Amino acid sequence: MSSSNAPSPKADMPPEPGAPDARDHVAAIMPAAPESSALKALLVPHRIVLMLIFAGAILAMALLMRWDWLPGYLPRIGSGIVVTLIMLFASAGLGFLLAVPLGLVQVTGPWPLKRAAQAFCTLIRGTPLLLQLWLLYYGLGSIFAQYPEIRSSFLWPYLRQSWPYGLAALTISFAAYEGEVMRGAFAGIPAGELEAGRAYGMGRFTLFRRIWLPRAVHRALPTLAGETVLQLKSTPLVATITVIDVYAVISRVRQETFLTYEPLLLLAAIYCCLTGILVVAFRALENRIPTRGV
Amino acid sequence: MTLAAEAISVSDLHKRFGPLEVLKGVSLTAREGDVIAIIGGSGSGKSTFLRCINMLELPSAGSVAIRGETIRMKPDGRGGQMPADRKQIQRIRSRLGMVFQSFNLWQHMTILQNIIEVPIHVLGIPRAEAIATAEALLARVGLEARHDAYPAFLSGGQQQRAAIARALAIQPHVMLFDEPTSALDPELVGEVLSVIGDLAREKRTMLLVTHEMKFARNVANHIVFLADGKIEEQGPPDAIFDNPQSERLKRFIRSIH
Repeated sequence: MSSSNAPSPKADMPPEPGAPDARDHVAAIMPAAPESSALKALLVPHRIVLMLIFAGAILAMALLMRWDWLPGYLPRIGSGIVVTLIMLFASAGLGFLLAVPLGLVQVTGPWPLKRAAQAFCTLIRGTPLLLQLWLLYYGLGSIFAQYPEIRSSFLWPYLRQSWPYGLAALTISFAAYEGEVMRGAFAGIPAGELEAGRAYGMGRFTLFRRIWLPRAVHRALPTLAGETVLQLKSTPLVATITVIDVYAVISRVRQETFLTYEPLLLLAAIYCCLTGILVVAFRALENRIPTRGV
Repeated sequence: MTLAAEAISVSDLHKRFGPLEVLKGVSLTAREGDVIAIIGGSGSGKSTFLRCINMLELPSAGSVAIRGETIRMKPDGRGGQMPADRKQIQRIRSRLGMVFQSFNLWQHMTILQNIIEVPIHVLGIPRAEAIATAEALLARVGLEARHDAYPAFLSGGQQQRAAIARALAIQPHVMLFDEPTSALDPELVGEVLSVIGDLAREKRTMLLVTHEMKFARNVANHIVFLADGKIEEQGPPDAIFDNPQSERLKRFIRSIH
């Protein structure tokens, strides 16, 4: 077991100073309003004061704190961000592909499948992701290593690395949460719209592909956006099994430079930026089909 | 004068929901060009009857034939029956233009997309052709300016007119209207009825479940009065409304005036 270089993220995250982080976050969530009115809304006295304080804080951080280590680490931070994003998009994508059948069988499936999907979602949602990750990596990973058949198979070059376990744990977790979301979305589509599809001669598959699924995905998009943002913040857990994501890189920086706040502030800023981009992208996706009321 | 071909032929239709028998043996024949209005009090089974024709409700007993083709059924093992051939039902349904009380437009598609959906994805009509037909139909129901709007942004009357265009786009053998104006605000009823009236005048075969008695009398050539799951009385509009025979129909007509 080699968990020496990976301090528990839970113990490490809190010390980051909350205020600038939190405000950044809010700013990232707001930008969907039309340009001119958003600008007008910003130019009120209390907001201007807050923005000045915020700018002052950034300036103070830039001038008073040590950033001379940054240029040397930039390439590693960059590759760490890439790993984080791969972990996020691959697990969210695969997880969503699993979530669709998980949600669907809970709405229409025969009872054994329904029960199995319910059990899976309950089990995964009821246990910490960190626990699942370690069970997969330290548990399953070491069992795999005991079998010569597996060790000599073409899969071994992948199974001996840590990232497949990280990806698997993140995917399973995302699938379980989104399975519940999709269950609700599938169940919530008005029966009349499905009936209209049947009344016009659509077969089951056409009905699902053309009406039920797109309608459910659109309905679930706001929730999916939130869950994807949460998933981003779950990715640093893979640093505990030696996957070098951006969190692991920053941990390394802290060990090598003996700095605490500067790398963590940078890390917070990176996650905030990624979150902002995700939120804006999902908002654009949602706006492709305007909704009213509901 | 020879009779037109049979468009719909229903014989001895029964429908049970558990212990409740909603239809107790209804037979009806609609010939090409017929406009048949089905009237009756609430709970009389008129909507259920209409929905049995395209098998949205499965009749417990009895048979339905569309253009002489009987929908094949088999026993479901619980005393009722179920479709024997899913493909046959899908093929027949794809030529029955159903218009629902609550419109049931697909909310994630624009009006135009709603109308071309079935022609393209069920009937296999080329996209360009489907769009051309849809644009013409939208002009016909007075919605040519709204083809890129999503259903939620239209009034109820506009949605129902779009739904009628969707039904017309499949070039239906028969149009089935299930209380098409019951969910509309009173001031929007007229625009929908005028579209349906136009269709009736061009001799489209239609079955129309409605509460709009004056309208039924004007457009239908045959009125069917359902009560308690049976046809209590039927005939030409003037006879039904001016000279009702059965006690129940007399009471029904008094109650609506």
